[in-house]
Amino acid sequence: MNVEIIFFFLIAALAILSAILMITRRNPIMSVLYLIVNFFSLAVMYLLLHAQFIAIIQILVYAGAIMVLFLFVIMLLNLGDEARLTERPTLKKMIAVGLTTVVLLQLLVGLRLLTASDSTSLSAHATAMGTVESIGKALFTDYVLPFEITSVILLAAMVGVIVLAKKKFQ
Amino acid sequence: MRNPEMFISLIKIVVVLVIMLTAVAYIVLLERRLAAAIQNRIGPNRVGWQGFLQPLADVLKLVLKEDIVPKSANKFIHDLAPVISISVALTTFAVVPFGDHITLFGQNIKLQIASVNVGILYILALTSLGVYGVTLSGWASNNKYSLLGGLRSSAQMISYELAMGLSIIGVVMLAGSLELDKIVQAQAGWKWNIFLQPIGFITFVVAAFAETNRLPFDLPEAEPELVAGYHTEYSGLKFGLFYLSEYANMLTSCAIITTLFLGGWQLPFLDGLGLPDFWLSLFHVGAFCLKVGVVLLFFIVIRWTIPRFRYDQLMNLGWKVMLPLTIANLLATGFVILLFE
Repeated sequence: MNVEIIFFFLIAALAILSAILMITRRNPIMSVLYLIVNFFSLAVMYLLLHAQFIAIIQILVYAGAIMVLFLFVIMLLNLGDEARLTERPTLKKMIAVGLTTVVLLQLLVGLRLLTASDSTSLSAHATAMGTVESIGKALFTDYVLPFEITSVILLAAMVGVIVLAKKKFQ
Repeated sequence: MRNPEMFISLIKIVVVLVIMLTAVAYIVLLERRLAAAIQNRIGPNRVGWQGFLQPLADVLKLVLKEDIVPKSANKFIHDLAPVISISVALTTFAVVPFGDHITLFGQNIKLQIASVNVGILYILALTSLGVYGVTLSGWASNNKYSLLGGLRSSAQMISYELAMGLSIIGVVMLAGSLELDKIVQAQAGWKWNIFLQPIGFITFVVAAFAETNRLPFDLPEAEPELVAGYHTEYSGLKFGLFYLSEYANMLTSCAIITTLFLGGWQLPFLDGLGLPDFWLSLFHVGAFCLKVGVVLLFFIVIRWTIPRFRYDQLMNLGWKVMLPLTIANLLATGFVILLFE
């Protein structure tokens, strides 16, 4: 057991704990806070994998921007009374829970089959992949088409949002 | 010591933190004296010579005050919010290079706490987290003025973060790196980014004002409308932490502006003087401090010169002026780089 593995288990425990706390809290603001803790532990895991860029983007985009928006909306709507939001379990929901469990099990089995080798040390190539330079190069050479298509999809989403918002206010 | 690198890092952290906290205390005094001078008053000049012990007296007073938490407040988050604010404000400084190298006791020490590959992104990520302190304190106080302050703060931060990030990209394109020490090195001589990226400089400074909640962008704590905004319900040391983090944020912003646009620790004629290495390093640090000081003075003078924006003016400036301006600057920079390289 080296330090990194111990650290990984600590962070993994924190991630799972915060995720559970996130869905069990009654207060939506507390849920948001635990989700932020969860994002942070994910970012630390990326760092453990030497993916500095992904780690910082995780914090910058998810913890820093998206969750601020979440918090903003929750505070603006003042979602205090969550008792009205609780619903009784219906057949549809039971089926949904069942299906999710099946997908989760599939994922677990798949992961078990895929990660046959139990090497814990990272190759030099994997370490070099995590830097901003290599991700930028990969995005603009090998993956330039998916990258551009993603940006077009995002633009379409933006235009769609503006159209929907305008219709509501007219 | 088994691991000298780690030991040196620890010493650097302690030294920088102590200097930062002392500097912050005296920035408060400087601000009060300067504000007084601008308003034709005298300002605090009684405690010690010219009021030099005033920060100490202030801290003592804050420590001795009772910590009051409103009955209907969320105690945990009420306590947590100032801690978030201050830790974000202090840790941002970690990637700022305040000098080149210095040789002490046979060790070559880099005058920067952490040189990380993602550099500027680290700063952007941390500043985007700073908003939690303000927003959560506003919510946890369970007071409508606080809540409005917190809401304003989050809306303001989201609006100006984009402009801030985009105005940095021009600098990154010129330096070809996200690392702050490389950005400083790229500005050798008179190639300071303030001359190469004037629009980027202006938009970044305006965004920095907005992100630090300084006047003319201090809507989260606008006194005439919101009492004291997000920290209305704070007293004692917890209020002190908010106060401290505001000034620490200001100091860090000034240091970042210096690093990105004013050539960091470089002075153009300094390297040609033929000074011994040790003194050269010290002069580099001195040059950095001098530049930060000038930017700080600018921040303070602006506060007492320009009145506060109205809320719609703030949003219009952020989305309709700053954002298009930074994008145009980005395109122009890319075009020029393509033409001349």
